[in-house]
Amino acid sequence: MDLQAAKMIGAGLACIALAGAGNGIGIVFGNYLSGALRNPGAASTQTTNLLLGFALCEATGLYGLVIALIILFT
Amino acid sequence: MALNPMEQFEVKPIVPLHIGGYDVSFTNQSLFMCIVVAAVTLFFAFAVSRPKLVPGRMQSMAEVSYEFVASMIRSTAGDAGLVFFPFVFTLFFFVLFSNFLGLIPGAFTVTSQIIVTFALTVIVMSTVVVVGFAKHGLGFFKLFVPKAPWYLIWLLVPIEVISFLTRLVSLSVRLFANMLAGHTMLQVFAGFVIALGAAGVFLKPLAIAPMLMILFIGALEMLVAFLQAYVFAVLTCIYLNEALHLHGEHH
Repeated sequence: MDLQAAKMIGAGLACIALAGAGNGIGIVFGNYLSGALRNPGAASTQTTNLLLGFALCEATGLYGLVIALIILFT
Repeated sequence: MALNPMEQFEVKPIVPLHIGGYDVSFTNQSLFMCIVVAAVTLFFAFAVSRPKLVPGRMQSMAEVSYEFVASMIRSTAGDAGLVFFPFVFTLFFFVLFSNFLGLIPGAFTVTSQIIVTFALTVIVMSTVVVVGFAKHGLGFFKLFVPKAPWYLIWLLVPIEVISFLTRLVSLSVRLFANMLAGHTMLQVFAGFVIALGAAGVFLKPLAIAPMLMILFIGALEMLVAFLQAYVFAVLTCIYLNEALHLHGEHH
């Protein structure tokens, strides 16, 4: 197998990281919703934590994407 | 693919300039940084140029953004953190304006360059370290020693040190990767539109699908542009809080 083909396969494999990010975002929003429906009064105080959790989760997937891009373009 | 999606991130010199073997050319990157700084300065200078007791549209925008950042600092770092209000406010608006300016078609996104976000992160983390040492002296190292039984300490201290050091990478790569991924995705879908538009008569109407997709991704990118600026500022506040209060004593 030549280097170019191996690079393509490696970049594709690196994008598996996005599956974890998808799971994480689902857990963040799902748990926020179930908590917010049980106690609507406290929901608005937790939006900062919600957005923070969302951004932190999303970033982990994007680290994988960055690795894929580094593999492809270097 | 006719269009290379990474072409938009290329830094091109506008005024080539070499001093002492270093390339210090005025590039499109520097041009858009100047535009961002000018836009932020003009917006706030214009908004509060004629202050009224009952604020108009522009003035209330400036006041709302002031209160937004101030309450963000108060809720994460306590009242002691308000000393850093100018710092966090500047960071937030620089990132926010460069993210939003990058969404204009044809504009260059300043924050899609890792060196820009990394430089911002280095400024944040060196502020944290300097403030921590100035406030606590050598007691700042207590930050790396969590409250735990003695048989866990030897395991937790290296983890704390590593997690402190990786903040340099995580904070900068988060912003950079979000901007890079969003703009690449937009460009890839734009490439689909062009490829389908150039295809046969039967395939041509299909080009509307990626076109609609660009619209949705564009809306999502607006959210991400705001959210990433917000997260960058909030994390800065959280790190400053640790430097000020070591283990979050303010609550």
